[in-house]
Amino acid sequence: MSVAPVVPRSGWAESLRLLSRIGTFCLVELQKLRHDRTELITRAIQPILWLVIFGVTFSRIRAIPTGNVPYLDYLAPGIIAQSALFVAIFYGIQIIWERDAGILTKLLVTPSPRSALVAGKAFAAGVRTISQAIVVLIVAALLGVSMTWNPLKLLAVLAVVVLGAAFFSCLSMTIAGLVLRRDRLMGIGQAITMPLFFASNALYPVSLMPDWLRVLSHVNPLTYEVSALRGLLIGQPTNYWLDFTVLIVAAVAGICAAASLLSRLAR
Amino acid sequence: MSADPTPEPVPAVQIAGLSHRFGDHLAVDALDLTVSPGECFGLLGPNGAGKTTTLRVLNTLYPPQSGTVQVFGLDVRTQAMVVRRMLGYVPQQLSIEGALTGRENVSWFARLFDVPRRERAARVAEVLEIVDLTDAADRLASTYSGGMVRRLELAQALVNRPALLVLDEPTVGLDPVARDSVWARVQDMQERYGMTVLLTTHYMEEADLLCDQVALMHHGRLRAVGTPAHLKAELGPQASLEDVFRHHTGESLEGEAKGGLRDVRGTRRTAQRMG
Repeated sequence: MSVAPVVPRSGWAESLRLLSRIGTFCLVELQKLRHDRTELITRAIQPILWLVIFGVTFSRIRAIPTGNVPYLDYLAPGIIAQSALFVAIFYGIQIIWERDAGILTKLLVTPSPRSALVAGKAFAAGVRTISQAIVVLIVAALLGVSMTWNPLKLLAVLAVVVLGAAFFSCLSMTIAGLVLRRDRLMGIGQAITMPLFFASNALYPVSLMPDWLRVLSHVNPLTYEVSALRGLLIGQPTNYWLDFTVLIVAAVAGICAAASLLSRLAR
Repeated sequence: MSADPTPEPVPAVQIAGLSHRFGDHLAVDALDLTVSPGECFGLLGPNGAGKTTTLRVLNTLYPPQSGTVQVFGLDVRTQAMVVRRMLGYVPQQLSIEGALTGRENVSWFARLFDVPRRERAARVAEVLEIVDLTDAADRLASTYSGGMVRRLELAQALVNRPALLVLDEPTVGLDPVARDSVWARVQDMQERYGMTVLLTTHYMEEADLLCDQVALMHHGRLRAVGTPAHLKAELGPQASLEDVFRHHTGESLEGEAKGGLRDVRGTRRTAQRMG
C-alpha cells in the first residue's frame, strides 16, 4: 500500500500547484488538438446526425411533449451533453496508452500529487469537449435553434460542459485503473454510454419516464448537466444550485476515486 | 550539524537493507548500496536481477517495503516530493508523446517540475541543444528515430537540472551509432553539470566506458562492487567485465539478457507506439 508522503506543505502552495498542473495538462491537450484536427471533424459527425436526423424527424412527429419549446431546441442542449459524454467516457484510454508507453511512470515521479495529475487530465478532457460543444452549438444555430447569445451564459455553458467532462473522464480513468487494459475499457465504455444517455433527460423529459428509470435519471449526473445547459441556453427553468452542486461534487469524487487507483496503473 | 573539519559528503544515494517483493517473488533482497556525489554508478545484471525495481523505489514510484533509501540524505518515503525535484529519470521504455513536438515534450516536463515561466523557454532550448535536437525540436516526436527519442528523453530528464540522473537501460534497443551518441551525451552532461548518474545496463561495454563504479546484481542480491578496473584486475590482466560477472554469479550476462521476456514486451510496446 502506498504511504502518503509526509511533506511540510501549505494549503496555498498546494492549491497553486494544483492549478498549475491543470493548466499544464489543458495546454498539452490543446497542443495535441492543434497537431491533429481530424478527431475534431470525425467527432462532430455523430452529434450532427442526432440533431439533423433524429431531431428534425422527432420535431415533425411531435411524439415528445416539450411544452411550447420546439423539440429541436429542447434536444440541442441534450446533444451537447451527450457528445461531451462520448468524448469523456473513453478518455481513460489515454491513460492506459500513457501507461503502456511508459509516460505515466515519468508523470508519476514529477513533483505532482496524484490528485493533481488526475485533475489535470480531467480538465484536459474538458478542453477536448469544449471544442465538441462549440461544433454542436454552431450546427444547432444553423438549424434555427433559438439559443441565448448572452456571452456570460455561454461561458457558463462551457463551465457546465467542462465539469461534466471532468466527472465522466474520471469515471473512465477509474475504470481504467480497475481493468488496466484498453480493450476492456472500450467494452465497458460502450456498455455504459447508452444507458447513461437514455437514463437522463437528454432526449425526453424525466416526467415521461417510468418510475424505475426516473430514479436512475435522478442519480445520473448527466441529467443535471442537461438541466443546467437547457436553463442557460433555452431558458428552461431549473435549479442551478442543485445542478452545479451535483456536478462539482461528482467531479471532485471522480478525481479522488481515479487518483486512488493511479498506483495500480503504475505497476 | 557536525563540527568535523572534513565532514563526509552526504552520499547521493544510500540504500540500506532494501527488500522488495512482488507477490511470491523477491525482486530485491536486502540490498545495500552507496553512490558518491558526482560519480557515474552502473548497476549491472541480467533482466530480472532487480535493477529496475531498485530504481523505481529510488525514484519514489514504489514505496520501500523494508529498509531505507535516501537521496542526498532525504528519505524517499517521507520526503518524496523533495526527492522528485532532485531527480531526472529516463525509464527503460522509449516513452515520449508522439502527438507533440520535441520542444513541447520537454516544455511539458519543465512545467511539471515548476521551472519558472521566465526561464522556461531558454531552459528548454538549452537542454534540446545539449542533446543535439535543436533542428528537429519543432517536428512531431512521432517522426523521431529511436536514438532521437532517447536523446529527447534525456532532455526531458535534464530540464529540472537534477542533482541525480537515473537512467534505466539507456541504450537498450538502439543501434550502435545511436548508442554511441547517447553515451557521448551522458558523458558530456556529467562533465558540464557534475551531476551524479546512476544507470542500469546489461551491456558490459557501456559500464566499462561510462561508469566510475559498478555493482553486479543477480537475483535481487548484490554480488560485487568496485571500479571496473579493480573488479577486472582481481581476475587477471586479460579479464573483461563479462568474465567478472561470470565469476561472481556463475552465469553469463548476455545469454540471459538476450532472451528476456521483458525485453520482448518493451520492444513490442515501442513498436506499437511508433507504429
